[in-house]
Amino acid sequence: MSHEAVIGIETHVELKTHSKMFCGCSAEFGAEPNTHTCPVCLGLPGSLPVPNEQAIDWIIAIGLALNSTIEHRSVFHRKNYFYADMPKNYQISQFDIPICSNGHLVVDVDGQQARIGVTRVHMEEDTGKSTHMGGDGRIQSADYTLLDFNRAGVPLVEIVSEPDLRSPAQARAYVQELRDIVATLDVSDVKLEEGSMRFDANISLRPEGTDTLGVKVEVKNMNSFRSLERALSFEIERQQLVLDQGGQVLQETRHWDEAAGVTHSMRSKEESSDYRYFTEPDLVPIEISDEWRERIQTGLPELPSQRRSRYVAMGVDPVTAATIVGGGLGEILEAAVGDGGPARTVSNWLVGEVTAYLRREGSSIEATPLTGEALAELAALVESGDLSSSAAKPVLEGVLNGEGTPKEVAVVRDLLAMKDTGALETIVDEILAYHPEEAARLREGDMKVLGYLMGLVMRATGGKADPKLANEMLRTRL
Amino acid sequence: MGSLTDLTIRAAAEALRAGQISAIGLLEAVLGQASRTEAELHGYLTIDREGARTAAEAADAAFYRGDDRGLLQGIPLAVKDNMVTDGVETTAGSQVLSGYFPPYDATAVARLRTAGAVVVGKANLDEFAMGSSTENSSYGPTRNPWNTDRVPGGSSGGSATAVAAGSALGALGSDTGGSIRQPASLCGVVGMKPTYGLVSRYGLIAFASSLDQIGPIARTVDDAVTILETIAGHDPLDATSYRGPVPAFRSDIEHGVEGVRVGVVRELSGEGIDAEVLAAFERTLDTLRGAGADVVEVSLPSTSYALSCYYLIAPAECSANLARFDGVRYGNRVDGGTVEEMMGRTRRAGFGPEVTRRVLLGTYALSAGYYDAFYGQAQRVRTLVGRDFASAYERVDVLVSPTSPTTAFELGARTQDPLSMYMSDICTIPSNLSGEPSISVPVGLDGEGLPIGFQVMAPALGEPILFRVAAEIERMAGFEPLPSEKVGS
Repeated sequence: MSHEAVIGIETHVELKTHSKMFCGCSAEFGAEPNTHTCPVCLGLPGSLPVPNEQAIDWIIAIGLALNSTIEHRSVFHRKNYFYADMPKNYQISQFDIPICSNGHLVVDVDGQQARIGVTRVHMEEDTGKSTHMGGDGRIQSADYTLLDFNRAGVPLVEIVSEPDLRSPAQARAYVQELRDIVATLDVSDVKLEEGSMRFDANISLRPEGTDTLGVKVEVKNMNSFRSLERALSFEIERQQLVLDQGGQVLQETRHWDEAAGVTHSMRSKEESSDYRYFTEPDLVPIEISDEWRERIQTGLPELPSQRRSRYVAMGVDPVTAATIVGGGLGEILEAAVGDGGPARTVSNWLVGEVTAYLRREGSSIEATPLTGEALAELAALVESGDLSSSAAKPVLEGVLNGEGTPKEVAVVRDLLAMKDTGALETIVDEILAYHPEEAARLREGDMKVLGYLMGLVMRATGGKADPKLANEMLRTRL
Repeated sequence: MGSLTDLTIRAAAEALRAGQISAIGLLEAVLGQASRTEAELHGYLTIDREGARTAAEAADAAFYRGDDRGLLQGIPLAVKDNMVTDGVETTAGSQVLSGYFPPYDATAVARLRTAGAVVVGKANLDEFAMGSSTENSSYGPTRNPWNTDRVPGGSSGGSATAVAAGSALGALGSDTGGSIRQPASLCGVVGMKPTYGLVSRYGLIAFASSLDQIGPIARTVDDAVTILETIAGHDPLDATSYRGPVPAFRSDIEHGVEGVRVGVVRELSGEGIDAEVLAAFERTLDTLRGAGADVVEVSLPSTSYALSCYYLIAPAECSANLARFDGVRYGNRVDGGTVEEMMGRTRRAGFGPEVTRRVLLGTYALSAGYYDAFYGQAQRVRTLVGRDFASAYERVDVLVSPTSPTTAFELGARTQDPLSMYMSDICTIPSNLSGEPSISVPVGLDGEGLPIGFQVMAPALGEPILFRVAAEIERMAGFEPLPSEKVGS
């Protein structure tokens, strides 16, 4: 039987507030262990939490960017469970009244758009960090465990999607879109490798065309967008195999093993955990007035989806627009267009040659000498016929390498178009002479060989022939 | 002048300013009284002689410089041991925190210190403030200075005892279900629970956060006001702390009770109350009438559910509040093969039976499937109690009842029967549920010479009317405190 996947994702985003969620300690990443701590975030007897208003501002911004309803009155709850790196053995979180609910975002996979519901966005505090020493690094075999509470109490936003995702590619597009939104809002570092953005996925299979829900499996430990996609693909295959063999999928939590490319069943988490949520009596409800919400709404920057639409309207291909926005290439594109560059050509260079160069060099666009002005100049050279479009590529590389402006690179590398009619005519005639068959077909009006002959001309001139001129010459020999 | 340790805060403050006594002299008298009586009474868990002497000398130096920070400057006070004190052992009466030295002062303690008060030491209490006799302290019980076969009440039994015995001129207690007022009643002193939020809870080791409130224990209403004035007011470190202006506590204190409408809570002033306690209560009502108060009977029907409601909400909150005592970061640790085992052993060894009972009760009340029937229902009852009070205050200015159904009972009399112990707080619990202020004033002695307390309750932020009525009752009752020299003799 053919099955479809039903996927929901829980995303945790650490906010980059100056201080922690409920105390004044620095929330900065990477300090010496246990140096960013105080009675509150260590859960010392008698200490009390006081909410960070900046964090509330920012979660409202995230909620608004995800088209959520912002509750006028939201409540913090205690989520009770024992864990050595959780100072109070309860986490201050939210339960029945999250700050934001009922949002959505639109993801695009290969031009196919899908509306993904965002059930809730709530505020909570992060836990500390355990490092298990000895054995294989897991708690069961460790000799001892080191605890670092620097991260304990860092504001954490949990974003829960509806089970609206239908494929690993869509799941990846969803988390990338979330990353882009949060990055645009400038409220988190969204660094997967530092844990400032983390996700868990729930996945089940169901017979195609039905709307029942199958038994869901929670998959953890995916540290990159790629590993999310791989892990979900593996799970789909695994579950499909279980079902094909007449078996039943177990409801469980599975751990993604990046190196082996498989998921493992995690050691039985206590049956079904009962977190005994109840209202946090140390905090009062958060009252969010219309004025507060509107102040945040007004301050929202242009969101990735809005920016993509604007680029498409400028003539950029939709898929390219997504890559530009996701790749942080919007600023340079806009600068180039501002200097008169054609959006479509420039955007193609940016996602093509420029991105390839950056990837190869492990660099970022800001670190190169390439500017919007240079891209506009390059486009103008192509437009005027001074540079063929094939010659534009090495010129671009030269500019990226810091060899100078496009014009300078083109001159130094001797890539400017051949405008000497005589010299070009000689070459064209020579080519026709060496290819009598094609020349004859051309004279008979077979335009299909025109492209082939053009290619030969370009190759013979090292890409420098002014294509318009060469084209004309070939046509006059019809 | 009699013994220095018999002075009220007001009298001592005047004597200090008149140069008749010094802060260090006053402190030495208090320390001497403690040395003489503590072996028997055990009001203190820790006496910080060195810290107290330093503070007293600093107070004397300040007086000498002409630096006067108010009535508490140079006054020796006791602090209940569930409030953290920087560098002074703080155990909350529990083994799990034996040897724990906090790195900071509770806000209320810090405010006392800023005002120049001298913190003598940390007063005994029922473990984590859970109890009504101070017998649940894991460091041994405190005895009532009026009769050492009797309990001092609890959980602030150490604070009440220290004040009654002359081992401090005043004290801080904490009140979750009557833990200031009931021991004050049993020890013949004044104990007051402020409006919830008026005093910061920062640094108070939480029992039940939505009910806990720090308040004063003193020999007179006036002294209680002096302490409250020092510790009350918004604290940015406590999100539940009241942000508005602090009421003018003394504004009406000398106005008498002429025309004040006094509501006698029917449900708290009859059945279940000891005959002698009731008789003293009635006598006090008569004097109130005589002084021109308009005494009427009022019914608060939902208060009959208050005790059950309290014993769901308080344990539920405590089950989470006490989860942090796991041996990982501080306090006593009992090792185990795994982290879970270590936590379990630490908690089993660290918590006494009453604390264990309440943690289990609260955990159960919050569990999936039971939440709504227990915790959810208790929250609804709490709302009803608040409404009952609100509608009563449309007709009266204050409500009154006995503070405790009985006078001090014998040690061991109720330890085997938790329910009878819980009944000790039947009259005091409703004010915690409503978050409103309440005070116990001693009005007389029973046939065995044990003090009887009278409770006055007022609406939220109604401290001025509360103190006004309490001060008049105190004046009319003419209660004689226990002379220091009689303690332990």
